[in-house]
Formats: sequence, structure tokens, C-alpha cells
Amino acid sequence: MPQDSLPAAVPADLPLSQPPTPPGLLELFVAFAKMSLAGFGGVLVWARRGIVDQHRWMTAEEFNETFALCHFLPGPNIVNLSVVFGSRFRGIAGGVAAFAGLIGPPVMIAIILAALYARYGEIDALRRILAGVSCAAVGLLIAVVFKMMMPLVKKREVAGLMILVAVFVAIGVLRLPLQMVLLVAIPLSLGITLFVRRRGNA
Amino acid sequence: MNSDANPVATLVWTFALMSLFAVGGANSAIPEMHRVAVDVQHWMDDRQFADIFAISQLSPGPNVLIVTLIGYHVAGIAGALAATVAMCGPTAVLAYYVSRLLARSSHSRWPAIIQAALVPLSIGLMGASGLILAVASDRSWVAGLITVSAAALAFATRLNPLWILLAGGAFGFAGVV
Repeated sequence: MPQDSLPAAVPADLPLSQPPTPPGLLELFVAFAKMSLAGFGGVLVWARRGIVDQHRWMTAEEFNETFALCHFLPGPNIVNLSVVFGSRFRGIAGGVAAFAGLIGPPVMIAIILAALYARYGEIDALRRILAGVSCAAVGLLIAVVFKMMMPLVKKREVAGLMILVAVFVAIGVLRLPLQMVLLVAIPLSLGITLFVRRRGNA
Repeated sequence: MNSDANPVATLVWTFALMSLFAVGGANSAIPEMHRVAVDVQHWMDDRQFADIFAISQLSPGPNVLIVTLIGYHVAGIAGALAATVAMCGPTAVLAYYVSRLLARSSHSRWPAIIQAALVPLSIGLMGASGLILAVASDRSWVAGLITVSAAALAFATRLNPLWILLAGGAFGFAGVV
């Protein structure tokens, strides 16, 4: 989310050189479980709040760098973040503890909701409510897309916007398989980005 | 229907592969989930997919939970757990090794370039998610209006998204959708 990825201001009074004691396994699990359960429609804001502001396990810059890494890797970003973060302090066990905290409690809630849906999903009142919620949820997703697009529009990145539209049409309208589209689009986008940067430097 | 294949195995294989192609996170992979779940495997219809997306947005936690819900729909609790682990596992391992690699050779300019190249792709994918979900859930002009209003509100204000979802649910309960 664009407003989340902005480098947050670092309070100057943070003791950068000596972070508090590195978190233990249980502490990692509990911290990520809390962030995860607080996050409706996105955990990132809460992750930043917990890791940087509350526990001071990372500075804002360290957090942004770690998140940037997890954002360019495929897969659920915040899941990647939990593994990278946990393993930095406590090795593989730390990564597993943070991951389990992030994903465990919400998965249990999701399973309960899924069971309720499987049982009562055809009840008329619930059907109507879910239909309304899904209309609104789609709207939220569309808003995120436009927010993320704004920097590209403002900087007039024509090549980027063309790739964006091409991917949108290929996947959304033509419904082509994801792998096929990405195998073409990733090299193309990389090539264009490198070309534009070279020309910008020359 | 692939009735001969074990559904849990199909879930694992599907989501493990998908996780490696999910550029920009779980919401970018929604079109692919829809294609596999509705069009290829016939696990559910359009309406059920929209319902599952709505439930995933209503529950706390990362967006990847939509995979848990799809897994449960296909094969109960085993399916839910298998799908979730399959979607998170491969990229988690990848993230672990890449972060260790980069920790040794810091200040490389490649992460920045790759990220810049992937941003338009992931926005395009999320846009496609929006379109596919809108087609699945907006079956009347009032429904479309709710989607547009929710998008405008979320874009222009800092309102907690949960209120917007609940408002949508209230309109639905009132029977106007």
C-alpha cells in the first residue's frame, strides 16, 4: 500500500546503537499474533507499529529495507516479512515462530468462519449480507489499486502504465494463465526499466 | 471435475506453484485463484468465490487467508491447512535464503531495479482482481454503486475499512443489493 511504503520519519531519540534484548521465540510468536489479529485488510501498518514503534526491534530504515526485499519476492509479503524478521534474531526457529504467530491464530478464525459458511451459507439473510460485504470489499481493493497507481501517473511513467494496462487486459479480460503472462511480462518490464534508467543516466 | 485426483494434493500443488508467481502478494493472485477454482477445477461457482473473498476481508490477518477458505471449501480442515502452508511455504523458504544472501552482499542495486520493474505488474494484477471480483459480485446497478462508493470512500478518506465493509453488509441485509 503506497502510504505504508513511504519511509517513515525516524525519531532522533531512538537508541539506534543498542536495541533492547533480541526477542525470544515466544515473544516473536506473541508479537506477530497480535499484529496479525489487529490487522483487518492488511497487517503491514500494524507490523510497522509493533516492530518499529512499540518493541524497537528495528529502526524505520531497517524495516523499510526488509519490507522492500519481501515486496519484490513473490508470495504473501507479510508472510515473507515474518520469516525474514524472525530468522534474523533467532535463526530458522525464530522464522518459524514469527510465521506461526502471524498465520496460526487468523487461520483458526478463518476455519471457524469457513465452517459457519459451509453450514449456514445458504440462509437468506446471511446470503444478502455477504453479497453486500463483497460489493464493498471489491471497492476497497479497487481503491488500493488506484492509490498504488497514483505515483506512476504523477511521474508520467508511460512505459510502466502501458505494462500495467497490458497485464490487466491479459489477466482480467482475456483470462490468460498467470504463469504464461508473467513469463512474458517480467523480462519485458525488466528490460524497459533498465533501458529507461540507462537513458536517464546518460 | 478431476474426481480421480486427491483434492488435498491438487490444492498443495496448485498453491505451491501459485505462491512462486504471486508477484505483489495474495491479492495479485486472485485472478489465478478464480481461474483455477471456478473455471478449471470447478470447486465453486462465481458467487461462492465472491462470498469467500468477502469472508477473507472480514476476518483479521493477512490477505493470504482467502487461500485457507478455498482450501476448507474443497477439503475441510485438512484442505485449509494444506492450502495455507502450500501458499506460504515455498516463498518463505525463498525469502529466508535471499535475505541471507543479500545480507552478505549489501548495497546491490538489483533489488531496486527488480522492484521498480515489478510494481506495474503487481498493480495490473490487482486491477484484474478487482475486475474479476466486480463481475462476480456486482449483479445489479445498486451493487455496482456500492462498489464505486466504497472505492471512492476508501480512496479519498482514512476511514477504517471495516466500517465500509459493515456498511456494505447492512445494505445487503436491507435487501437492496
